[in-house]
Amino acid sequence: MGLELYLDLLSQPCRAVYIFAKKNGIPFELRTVELLRGQHLSDAFAQVNPLKKVPALKDGDFTLTESVAILLYLARKYEAPDHWYPQDLQGRARVDEYLAWQHTALRRNCLRALWHKVMLPVFLGEPVSPQMLAATLAELDETLQLLENKFLQNKAFLAGPQISLADLVAITELMHPVGAGCQVFESRPKLAAWRQRVEAAVGEDLFQEANADILKLKDLPPADPVTKEKLRPSVQALLQ
Amino acid sequence: MSLELYLDLLSAPCRAVYIFARKNSIPFEFQFVDLLKGHHHSREYIGINPLRKLPSLKDGKFVLSESVAILFYLCRKYSAPSHWYPPDLHTRARVDEFMAWQHTAIQLPMNKILWIKLLIPMITGEEVPAEKTEQTLEEVKKSMQLFEEKFLQDRMFITGDQISLADLVALVEMMQPMASNHNVFLNSSKLAEWRMRVELSIGSGLFWEAHERLVKLAEWDCSTLDPVVKERICEFLQKYK
Repeated sequence: MGLELYLDLLSQPCRAVYIFAKKNGIPFELRTVELLRGQHLSDAFAQVNPLKKVPALKDGDFTLTESVAILLYLARKYEAPDHWYPQDLQGRARVDEYLAWQHTALRRNCLRALWHKVMLPVFLGEPVSPQMLAATLAELDETLQLLENKFLQNKAFLAGPQISLADLVAITELMHPVGAGCQVFESRPKLAAWRQRVEAAVGEDLFQEANADILKLKDLPPADPVTKEKLRPSVQALLQ
Repeated sequence: MSLELYLDLLSAPCRAVYIFARKNSIPFEFQFVDLLKGHHHSREYIGINPLRKLPSLKDGKFVLSESVAILFYLCRKYSAPSHWYPPDLHTRARVDEFMAWQHTAIQLPMNKILWIKLLIPMITGEEVPAEKTEQTLEEVKKSMQLFEEKFLQDRMFITGDQISLADLVALVEMMQPMASNHNVFLNSSKLAEWRMRVELSIGSGLFWEAHERLVKLAEWDCSTLDPVVKERICEFLQKYK
């Protein structure tokens, strides 16, 4: 059995892994795990990842979780071009720095923006107070400022002159609030220009393909009561 | 100008960097940035790291934040022994997996306990509602279980027979609640043994030197806390409530 990637493109980290694997021509079998149907909570999937999260990688007997670890594994094993994770000491450090920072910063805020704005009220039918939503969007705003001022600055890409894993992880995070209808790029020309560059470097077709599901999220009908019950605890944990 | 490390050993990520540098005899200037006095918000420090967080590394003109990035940088630049970040594809991936997972699974809840059990009552004079405390303690218990089942299993260290960056980062973070008299190793002899192994691997002298400021935190006279900093902390605390 070859490389298997357990993904749901509704998940930001899954999009990053998907784009990276496709862009680098890495052969893999896509195993879709439908989050909105609670498939990640199934016993079958727990065999693959007892942490019940996506993405997950299975390479023969070897399983791996955490998108950052998966991206690094794929980059090494399949010898991806250097710019993704540069050999250069400082260049690599810049990518590591972003990949570490984003867990509790951009990742967290993009996730909360989507859930507080769309998923909780529309999909799960759970109202979100205007104050909560405002606070979440304000935090997202602050994080976007940091992204621009501390990481991007005047460079073409986050870690240097060429696209790296940092840009891929960042852009896929940002599609979450975009999918929720937030104005992420409209008032930020620098970030918008960076987005164009990243899209061009990834390839428009692949970029559209990876983001198709998240961009259709607004049209999602409300969940049925059984699904709501199933998902509620894991959603609570997700949004801590 | 030599390598500078901006640290306050109250912070677990700072301890990881400090211990690693000392253990590997990496020469550096210790630049103390006093978290308790709010020096991480000083103009001087913001000039070095606009994120206002510790640790930071300054190597000539190159400034780097995020302890995980700093550890990898030091490892590579100073050619630390390979067991710290093993070159084998699968073993290295395990370290990467832990380093990614720990941000939210270990570091956050361990710090929360410290705030809830010690710092919040100390600084604001208010106790945190019991329900919130219970919730956080449960979170920590669950994380420790997951750590044991998924990362340590029956091995001596996370990657096998030798200490790696993952063990170092894990342990310093799990020590954080000690300052509030909460010992997360009490429930599992396996984890308690692992803790001892990591301490001995580092060297008890260095380990406890690095933890001195943390274990004395309860003695801190917080009336000396800058009122502006206190204000900021109280605002930030609203998030925990």
